[in-house]
Amino acid sequence: MKKKQIQQFILSFVIALVIYGALMFAMSAGILDNYWSGILIMACINVVLATSLNLASGYLGQLTLGHAGFMSVGAYVSAILSIYFQMPFIVSLIVGAIAACIIGILIGIPTLRLKGDYLCIITLAFNEIIRVIMLNLNITNGAKGLMGIPMNTDFTTGFMSVAVTIYVIYSIVKSRHGRAIISIREDETASELAGIPTAYYKILAFAISAFFAGLAGGLYAHYMGMLVPKTFDYNKSVEILVMVVLGGLGNLKGSVIAAIVMTILPEYLRAFSEYRMLLYAVVLIAAMIMKEKNVMPRIKAKFAKKRHEEVSEQ
Amino acid sequence: MDFLTQIINGLSTGGMYALVAIGYTMVYGIAKMINFAHGEIIMVGAYIAYLVTSVLGMPMIVSVLISIAGCALLGVVTEKIAYKPLRNSSSLAVLITAIGVSYLLQNLFLILFGSAARTFPAYMPSGSLSIFGAQITYVSLLSLCLTGICTGLLLLFINKTKLGKAMRAVSEDKGAAELMGINVNTTISMTFAIGSGLGAIAGIIYGMSYSLINPYLGAMLGIKAFIAAVLGGIGSVPGAMVGGLIIGVAEAFTISYISSAFSDAVVFGILIFILLVKPAGLFGKNVREKV
Amino acid sequence: MSLLKTEGLGIQFGGLKAVDEFNFEIDKNQLYGLIGPNGAGKTTVFNLLTGVYKPTSGQIMFDGKSLLKMSPTQITQYGIARTFQNIRLFKDMTVLDNVKVGLHHSQNYSLLSAIVHTPKYFKGEEAMEEMALSLLRVFDLEQFAHVKASNLPYGKQRKLEIARALATSPKLLLLDEPAAGMNPTETAELMETIKIVREKFAIAILLIEHDMKLVMGICEKIAVLNFGTVLAFGTPEEIKNNPDVVAAYLGNDE
Repeated sequence: MKKKQIQQFILSFVIALVIYGALMFAMSAGILDNYWSGILIMACINVVLATSLNLASGYLGQLTLGHAGFMSVGAYVSAILSIYFQMPFIVSLIVGAIAACIIGILIGIPTLRLKGDYLCIITLAFNEIIRVIMLNLNITNGAKGLMGIPMNTDFTTGFMSVAVTIYVIYSIVKSRHGRAIISIREDETASELAGIPTAYYKILAFAISAFFAGLAGGLYAHYMGMLVPKTFDYNKSVEILVMVVLGGLGNLKGSVIAAIVMTILPEYLRAFSEYRMLLYAVVLIAAMIMKEKNVMPRIKAKFAKKRHEEVSEQ
Repeated sequence: MDFLTQIINGLSTGGMYALVAIGYTMVYGIAKMINFAHGEIIMVGAYIAYLVTSVLGMPMIVSVLISIAGCALLGVVTEKIAYKPLRNSSSLAVLITAIGVSYLLQNLFLILFGSAARTFPAYMPSGSLSIFGAQITYVSLLSLCLTGICTGLLLLFINKTKLGKAMRAVSEDKGAAELMGINVNTTISMTFAIGSGLGAIAGIIYGMSYSLINPYLGAMLGIKAFIAAVLGGIGSVPGAMVGGLIIGVAEAFTISYISSAFSDAVVFGILIFILLVKPAGLFGKNVREKV
Repeated sequence: MSLLKTEGLGIQFGGLKAVDEFNFEIDKNQLYGLIGPNGAGKTTVFNLLTGVYKPTSGQIMFDGKSLLKMSPTQITQYGIARTFQNIRLFKDMTVLDNVKVGLHHSQNYSLLSAIVHTPKYFKGEEAMEEMALSLLRVFDLEQFAHVKASNLPYGKQRKLEIARALATSPKLLLLDEPAAGMNPTETAELMETIKIVREKFAIAILLIEHDMKLVMGICEKIAVLNFGTVLAFGTPEEIKNNPDVVAAYLGNDE
């Protein structure tokens, strides 16, 4: 098992390196212009957001609508550290992520006792409260927004963040800790009665999820160079949720692909931008109903059968 | 008598919240789900009334009736298309679908009517009445009366009629109710219809109170009303009523004595407080999970 | 000294005394049966013992400690595991992973060590895999290790639930109608497995079962529950000849 895992790790590492190298080459050779490299950075940020939300919603099974709130905490804290305290970029990113993580724990401890539906509303409420606070503080410059953030986020930091996020979440999921988290999604009572300290793991998953949302926020702040509270409203949380749902709850690869697609596709569909939100809504509804009706597995089974037939014909 | 004025203002906003909260509570009682899209139904209700009066030039009573009917229909259709197929799936799936429906309605209206606010027809004279030195607008008065009447009628319906009994039975035990010959599908449809109809009334009250409507109006209103329902104890109609009034008054006090910027935060604070101290709400009963 | 001892245990739901004055003792490494008509409060007793419900009166002593202040998680860690009447597996997880969740506390590598992939992590995971497979072997489930739990046939799901409970290395195993929905052959097979499990793992087992014959066949002692109280407690022979039990089960002719 150990050997297989190490092989897999090296393989993933090499693939990541190749993708990174290819994209870097494309950028330096001018195949991808500035506009597209910007989109690539946004894609990285969205991948971090989607995979981290997947930990809380997909693996832990707790639907949270506050992910944009955690993102904003990371964004503002890291931006303020960079502007007012001249902290190094990486340090401000990490401190921002830790701040989001702490807020996540503070919110998680009282609320994660609640089951299902309530948690969703309460995280939404916290999202709004955080936004109201950002709107009314002096240091965040309220609705006018925070400006003059050093624009330090480049493709390399974005890509590194993606790699770290996926690696950490994947490692957790594949450990006894991850199994504990997944068992809570499957059946919380049964999990408790299998000896899993459910409260601890709920908060843990929530905190890690918030940490990476904060990291994404920091990246975003230092990519845009300015922040306004409106960016981090309910709509942003829903957008991240759509990425997770589209990619499949509890499916990391899916989240990555969905986040990339949902960053790039709108660029091609500029003409239809007002219909984008409408499309998100349809995606959410259709994905759930199709899952219930078992549409995807049936299609997959059909394809598998076809392939099988082809093989047997040969 | 500023204090009294604030209380009455709060109660009338609270009445609107209560009407919406009743919709949440009824649907939760029957379908065991939070109909996230309920707020948007209220928005739709307000728009229907606006269209019927301002565009078609119909009198108030016609537009109110059409709005109620339209919302009731929308509620039923939503349930049939989006929620019914998921009746046996996880609450996570239902919740995500409900968020989808809410988002769909909001963005559909954004595309149809744009994000700019529309002026709601003035159904009521804008004057106010002076009672014990407190200034009460006619709209507030109407809002309070409507809330009282609707809640009263609803309670009578639930407790005294055969259909009401069917609703209570379904909320207790869907399977057993079905075995007793109750048509569960009809009952659920009816619940959505009634809840959405009340939502339409709330939407019209909103339009009359603020005189401007936009496609976003349902989102915050819906969340606040949901908080009212949780505060009163989800599943309990009188609870939703009381919860709505408390939220309304708390909000009015925050706006007049602290700052309007924090009114939302205070309401959310109430939600967090009640969920921590008494998750079942003021009138709710503790439900044990069957193991 | 007895492993488990309850004194005057009771719980009220509203005005209803679901369990009342439940006095009971279990010795180490014994197989006990808990029988009684429907609604007698058998599952409620399980819920009280595992901390799912908090008793309104009485005391539960287990292995020298009171369980009253413990959470269900703590009680499980302290040595009581259970299965459920209506199977509650982690449906979307594999059979192997279901058991591994039960084995959670058998290893103690930290979160950090999982992220860094320390040798302790690899060792821990390997040990867990081995333990899980050997548990599955006991129940003849090894070949289904990588199947999703929900795809197992019903009888095997019940077995998997027992395997998962055993994975927590309990001193007392509570089985809630383990043979429900099984055909006679499967039931007989299961009862054999239960006996083997008791010997192999040297644990005490308390099982709820409707099938009198089956309980009489394998249990050393049987408690009969009726209307939430213990009607009779003794060996199968004593229970068989107890007039109260006969009356409760067959109705009183007098």
